[in-house]
Amino acid sequence: MRALALALAAVIAAALLLPAFYVTLMINVGLASLVGVGLVLLTGIGGQTSFGQAAFAGIGAYTTALLTLSFGWSPWLTLPVALALAGVAALLIGVVTMRLSGHYLALATIAWGTSAYVLMGTLPGLGGFNGLVDVPALPGLRGASRMMLVFVGVLVLAALVLVGNLLDSRQGRAIRALATGRLMAESMGVNTGLVSLGIFVIAALFAGLSGWLYAHVQGVVNPSPFNLGAGIEYLFMVIIGGAGSLAGAVFGAGVVLVLRDQLNDWLPRLLGQPGNFEGMVFAAAVILALQNMPQGLVPLLLRRRRLVETRIDVNAPALPSREGAGAALKVSGVTRRFGGLLANDAVSFTAQAGAITALIGPNGAGKSTMFNLIGGLLAPNSGEISLGGVRIDGLPSRRVARAGVARNFQHVRLLAERSVLENVALGAHRRGRAGMISAMLRLDRAEERALLAEASRQVARVGLSELLHSPAGDLALGQQRMVEIARALCLDPVLLLLDEPAAGLRLAEKQQLAGLLRSLRASGITVLLVEHDMDFVMGLADHVVVMEYGRVISAGSPSVVQADPKVMDAYLGGVVA
Amino acid sequence: MTALLEVTGLRAGYGRAEVLHGIELMVAEGEIATLIGPNGAGKTTTLQAIMRLIPSQGNVRFQGVDVGGLSTEELVARGLALVPETRALFTDMRVEENLLLGFYRSFRQGARDQDARLAQVFAIFPRLQERRRQLAGTLSGGERQMLALGRALMGRPALLMLDEPSLGLAPLIVRDIFAVLDRLRKGGLSILLVEQNARAALALADHGMVLEMGAVVATGASAALSADPRVLETYLGQRHG
Amino acid sequence: MDVTIAELLLQDGLTTGAIYLLLAIGLLLVFLVTRVIFIPQGDFVAYGALTLASMLAGHVPATLWLLDVCAVASALLQWRSWRGVSWALGPALLITLATLVAVRLGAWVWLQGALAVGITALLAPMVYRLAFRPLRHASLLTLLVVAMAVHFVMVGLGLVLFGPETQRTPAFSNASFTWGEVDISGHSLWVAGCCVVLVAALWWMFHATMLGRALRASASNPMGARLMGIEGDRMAAIAFAMAGGIAALAGLLIAPITPIAYDSGFLIGLKGFIAAVIGGLASYPVAAVAALVVGVVEAFASFWNSAYAAAIVFALLIPALLWLSVRTRSIEEP
Repeated sequence: MRALALALAAVIAAALLLPAFYVTLMINVGLASLVGVGLVLLTGIGGQTSFGQAAFAGIGAYTTALLTLSFGWSPWLTLPVALALAGVAALLIGVVTMRLSGHYLALATIAWGTSAYVLMGTLPGLGGFNGLVDVPALPGLRGASRMMLVFVGVLVLAALVLVGNLLDSRQGRAIRALATGRLMAESMGVNTGLVSLGIFVIAALFAGLSGWLYAHVQGVVNPSPFNLGAGIEYLFMVIIGGAGSLAGAVFGAGVVLVLRDQLNDWLPRLLGQPGNFEGMVFAAAVILALQNMPQGLVPLLLRRRRLVETRIDVNAPALPSREGAGAALKVSGVTRRFGGLLANDAVSFTAQAGAITALIGPNGAGKSTMFNLIGGLLAPNSGEISLGGVRIDGLPSRRVARAGVARNFQHVRLLAERSVLENVALGAHRRGRAGMISAMLRLDRAEERALLAEASRQVARVGLSELLHSPAGDLALGQQRMVEIARALCLDPVLLLLDEPAAGLRLAEKQQLAGLLRSLRASGITVLLVEHDMDFVMGLADHVVVMEYGRVISAGSPSVVQADPKVMDAYLGGVVA
Repeated sequence: MTALLEVTGLRAGYGRAEVLHGIELMVAEGEIATLIGPNGAGKTTTLQAIMRLIPSQGNVRFQGVDVGGLSTEELVARGLALVPETRALFTDMRVEENLLLGFYRSFRQGARDQDARLAQVFAIFPRLQERRRQLAGTLSGGERQMLALGRALMGRPALLMLDEPSLGLAPLIVRDIFAVLDRLRKGGLSILLVEQNARAALALADHGMVLEMGAVVATGASAALSADPRVLETYLGQRHG
Repeated sequence: MDVTIAELLLQDGLTTGAIYLLLAIGLLLVFLVTRVIFIPQGDFVAYGALTLASMLAGHVPATLWLLDVCAVASALLQWRSWRGVSWALGPALLITLATLVAVRLGAWVWLQGALAVGITALLAPMVYRLAFRPLRHASLLTLLVVAMAVHFVMVGLGLVLFGPETQRTPAFSNASFTWGEVDISGHSLWVAGCCVVLVAALWWMFHATMLGRALRASASNPMGARLMGIEGDRMAAIAFAMAGGIAALAGLLIAPITPIAYDSGFLIGLKGFIAAVIGGLASYPVAAVAALVVGVVEAFASFWNSAYAAAIVFALLIPALLWLSVRTRSIEEP
């Protein structure tokens, strides 16, 4: 709050004291920052890239220019239309690429940026490449006036606050998972395609707003500031400033625009050629920045802030939870091939409701494949998998998660930079419903308190309360495994899938884990675990299923399985005569 | 008996977690040495560290020369070959092309006897000859292991390192492959065999090393190790059970 | 539109389509071996054409000096290794001498063309060495942004080196044949011939030579390739050089049809790039067919309404992306 007031004061002071030339420059920095804030959200945090943000700005600018000039609308009335059109354009591009990996969106925005520029220059009524002139000013805010700088400043601050709010929410946790943890987030029930579509649209809306403002600041609209090159320069600004933090959007815009002004003067003289050489300089700066300081300028200008310690409200109301206890998992006749490899060959077994079942077998026996089939990362070639009588085979992992299956990962998948609390809270994603808009407007606080309280309860359950606010990457491997289990428990699961949960744990930690699993069993959760630590398995499981060469070779209580000579051979190998 | 490969104080890990805490191991000229240990002990990491597929610290001497600073490709050029756990086949290429790629290093060093080497590999694994025109991705598990092994042999390595060649394979196929390893040793090839399948590995090898929690905890002649009750315990965990 | 016009448009479309096909192959090669989406490939098209134009005008092409500067820079970057230095400097030195002699003597056009292709091709691995290699472990998206930045740098340098004028280079043949009702230009036949020969040569190289197999191997399984002793850096440099050379050749093929300026390459490159994306950034045959379709669609669209032609061509991406989305089952990890 204090930072906000200070920033506002700085904007007003700048508007009052700066010479006119700099007022114009600062307005332009503000306009670019609006686009940049969206790009930080999309690129630096969401791990996707757009080269076509300028085209969205163009939609905003042309919409308001056309409606005010040809139809006599008030500029204020055109804003919703401008935003809606930019949003719809982004929606269409995003929908086509949302299921594909990130670079396809970037590639599609290249095509979009190029086509939009052509269309702006050729569609009838838009004035061709000369564009539209005499766009009316905003009432009371003449062109590049001092009042306009205050207005733009307020909008930039508002954008920073809105996106900051968004990142500090249920949806924000999902957004942060996009860059490095999509597969994990899907297994927590997050529809990552939809989340990435959401931030792409939000980024386009900020660009549209910037374009709308631009039209009224300049009074003139033509295609060239909205071409692909301009879109790429917005991205360069954000990278130079630092795509990982919201401040980077403003720093980048400031540094680039101020420098551009200088370079514009003396580069052509230096090179003995008229032309726009600034782009080349910034591009070279981007290459060097990505090679040498991927965090951009921000770390040079700001001290790295520690993670904010979110306060936990212990009295927050509990989240809605599932009715009834665990259900049985039934695997029948499941076969899965990889090319000529038969990884699972007609595997059948049952994990009883409210019991601990262990799936064991030597390396390469097909256990991981079975796990991924149950978890929805793979679909079987034939056979059925059902949970409580409902078929789940072939469903994508987020739908399997919604059916009540929670899992951990053999190679821990945590967001290393984020706190334990945030990582765990991602598991509760499906138990909240607040959307991106309510998160931006802080209408989600009651639910957010409940989510975080639930997350901290699960962290306490695995015994890591004192590390609640530490970055997950700083924890020891054993602790990270416990964090993953807490995250899975946040899903309020019917079935808990654990892939080698004891690997890398010390003896005391293993005993603690065994105790935790026993208490889960007592609360009725079905547990299926793959584990190599035989002490751990034999002392804990109610039922053991042994796999080898993709088949089940033995099943029964731990003592029965341990006495089975086939199992002994499977582990130590038959003696080669 | 001269040491072909000598590793001392090898440390490596992933990210911040150290997995190997100073491994000591040795392979002598013309022998099969085996590195056994339960899952998660660090066997695969050891091979990756020796082969410089992951960054590592420590001393690695090969054929009496310190090779610590060399890249994977340079180690291959000096005659070290690794058949990884994943086999790392070129699945969208033909069997024969996979084998010929095993010849890449020798080719760059001037050798042109690829046909003779192909014939040798086909003599060892007639199945590969039958399937030479098939894509590697269509092979069964056993055939993939044969191809990975054959591909490594195409480069005539001085030391062949195998990461769990028995992984996921039926006993009959494992027996065939181990018989091939035995024949290769008789032909003078040195082998470092990393296995979870301890009985089979110790039955084949001349000397063995037991890895547990990222350190070699026992080493000796394989017959002696087979009889050592500690080895069994590492696997089936009956110490506390 | 009557049949003759349609046949004429088809001929034009297939001719440019064949050029896009070459570019799509170069893009795929670079992407599969290095994960770099080679946006600046279009700039290599322009550099190739403008280098030849400048040589034919009797000048020493400015790209030659750029090549020498880049060669010295990348030699400095690997000064520890004698082999690295000689690989960086040797070819650059040879082609510099050859070009100086050829320009002084006003050698045959085809020889100058070959030198222009050579200079441009050698520039490409330098770009890899200076811009992409330091980031070889970075994400695909980072590499894409760097590729875009390299394109910006190359356009800026292009203006400095070649000036703003557009240039034409001579057609490979000025002959013209009549086939039924249609006139077929000799240059079109040259384009088709170059395309067929190059595709055949590449096919032979990929399937019958050790180097070609090694390139495919590093695309198929990078770890497996390293374990065969295949040096990733060398493969990447070769892939870049091949793509740069292909692009320069495309430049010589296209410059007699459309005049080329320092900044014309990008849009040409994008067409090849659309074809590669339609091929899922994985399939050479699909990309090749898509490139011909792009060429033909562009020719007809320009005839129908030249203003919208670019937008219509890009619209081809939409069904392709939808098809790829439908085929994708699970979320891809970036």
